[in-house]
Amino acid sequence: MSVVVYVESQNGIIKKAGLEVASYGRAIANAIQTNLIAVTFNTDDASILNTHGVDKVYNIDTEGDIFFNVNRYSVSLASIIENENANIILVSATANGRYLGPILAAGIKAAYVSNVVALPSSYDPITVKRSCFTNKAFNECVSNQSRTVISLSSNAFGLKEQTTDAEHAEADYLNSNSTLKVTATDSITDKVTIADADIVVSGGRGLKGPENWHLIEDLASVLGAATACSKPVSDMGWRPHSEHVGQTGKPVATNLYIAIGVSGAIQHLAGINSSKVKVVINNDPEAPFFKAADYGIVGDAFEVVPKLIEKLKAIKQ
Amino acid sequence: MNVLVCISNVPDTTSKINFKDENKSFDSSGVQFIINPNDEFGLTRAIWLQQKAGATVTVVTVGDASCEPILRKCLAIGADQAIRIDAPPTDGFFVANQLAALCKKENYDLIIAGRESIDYNGAMVGGMLASFLALPYLANCVQFEMEGSTATLQREIDGGKEILSASLPLVLGAQKGLVEESDLIIPNMRGIMQARQKPLTVEMAVEVEAATTIQHFEKPQKKGPVRLVDAADVDTLIELLQNEAKVL
Repeated sequence: MSVVVYVESQNGIIKKAGLEVASYGRAIANAIQTNLIAVTFNTDDASILNTHGVDKVYNIDTEGDIFFNVNRYSVSLASIIENENANIILVSATANGRYLGPILAAGIKAAYVSNVVALPSSYDPITVKRSCFTNKAFNECVSNQSRTVISLSSNAFGLKEQTTDAEHAEADYLNSNSTLKVTATDSITDKVTIADADIVVSGGRGLKGPENWHLIEDLASVLGAATACSKPVSDMGWRPHSEHVGQTGKPVATNLYIAIGVSGAIQHLAGINSSKVKVVINNDPEAPFFKAADYGIVGDAFEVVPKLIEKLKAIKQ
Repeated sequence: MNVLVCISNVPDTTSKINFKDENKSFDSSGVQFIINPNDEFGLTRAIWLQQKAGATVTVVTVGDASCEPILRKCLAIGADQAIRIDAPPTDGFFVANQLAALCKKENYDLIIAGRESIDYNGAMVGGMLASFLALPYLANCVQFEMEGSTATLQREIDGGKEILSASLPLVLGAQKGLVEESDLIIPNMRGIMQARQKPLTVEMAVEVEAATTIQHFEKPQKKGPVRLVDAADVDTLIELLQNEAKVL
C-alpha cells in the first residue's frame, strides 16, 4: 500500500497546487503509515518535493512532448500505481488535474472523488468530504473500490512543509494510441491565473464598461492577484470567458476575494463560497453580496478603488 | 453523422439547496429542474451540426420518469430523438457505464457531455465514458470545428487555451465558450409541438455497482454579518485585512 500523488508542473516549475496536493498526501501517508510517492513530468528541479514530505519521486522525461498529454500521463501514472501498489491516488483541482482524474480512475478501475476539501474522515473504507451543488453544500463520499483517486480542491488544505530524504527514481513515459494531439497553447504567462492565485480581484457591471478595467487590473497588480469577473461582464464581452466566476464559470477558492461592482447573484456567490475572506465594494447597500461578504465598503468604486491602490502601493514600497 | 448529447437533470441555478431524510438525500420539493447548463452548451453545438451538416442529434439521460420534461425540452430545442435509461443516477461511474453500454450498441461519431453537472459537480462522466469506449476525451472544450473526420479543438486551461486535433469518434466535455450564452436556443411553439411527436424511448439499465456512495450531505456554516468600513477610510480596510483576517 502506498499513496501516489500527481504533482503538476508548468514550464518545468512545480505549481503551488502540486505542492499543496503533496502536502495533503503526506498527511494521508502519515495517517495510514505508508509512503508518499510523487510523479511529475518534465520538472527541471524536483528537489522542492523533499521539503513537502515526499518519500520517492518519479520525474518522468517526456522526450520533447512539451504539452500536457492526458492519455500518456495517465498510462505512465497507472504503471507506477501498479508497481507501487498504491491504493490512494491524488491529483490537484487544476484544469489538467481535473482532466486527468477520471481518465486515470477509469484506467486503473478506481473510484474517483472530485472537489475534496478535507482529509479523509475514515480510511476503511475511504470517506472524504467534498463540495457539491457548486459550493452550496458538501457531502461525505464513501469509496466502494479498493483504489480511490481523489482530486483536492485548491486552497482546501494549504502548504505544509516537511523535510524528507526523497529517493529519486526513473520511470518510462509510456505511449498511448489516442488520436488526440495538442498542437499549440495560447497562454498568458505573465499573469497570475485564478487557479494559482492567493488573491482574486473581480469586477462586475458596476464598473460600467471594459474601458474602466484598469481599476481591477491595477489593484490586482499591486496585490499580485488574478483578475476575474461576473457572468454579465463576460456575456457582454467586456472580459474573456476564462475570467467568469460562478456556477457556469470558474470556482474560486482563494484566500482573499475582492468583488468590485458585483451585485452578488446566487450563482456568483456559489462560485466563490470556498474563498476564505470576501470583500465587497459596491455603491448599492442592498446588493446581495453584502450578506456573503466578511468586509464591505458601501461606496463608489471609482473613488474607493484608486484610493485603495494608492495606499497599497505606499505599503508595498 | 450521429451525435449523442448526454443530459443531466439538475436544479435551476437559483435554487436554494436543502436536504431531507436526515440529510441523506436532496430535497427536490419546490425545485425547478433544468438541462444542466454545460450540457445545454453542448446540445446547442450539436444542433448547429444538425443544421449545417445534417447530423442526427440524440439526447440521453440516466434517470427516472421525472427527467422526461427536460428530455422533451431538448427535443423542442431541436434534438431528433431522446433516450432515457431507466435507473437512478447513483454516481458518475454508474452513469458513465450506462452511457457506455448505449454507445457500444449505437455508432456515434461525436459524444458530448457537459464538463460537469452543477448539482454533484463530479466532472467525471465524459472522461470515464471516453475511457470505457477507448475514445479520446477533451475536457473543458471551448471550440469544436470539423473537417472530414478530423476535429480541431480548443480546451480552456489555467491562464489560456490549448489547441488540439483528434479524429472522430471522440467525446467532448462542453462548457460555456463552445457556444455563447446568447446562442442558446429558446424553444418556440412549433418546436414544442414537434417535440411531442418525436421519439422518446426508455431503455433498461445495465447491471453495475456504483463506485461511490454518498453518506450524508451538509450545508456550509452560516457566516457572521459583514463588517462595514466607511468609504473614506480605506486605511481601516487594509488594516483589518492585514491584522484581523491576515490575508494581506
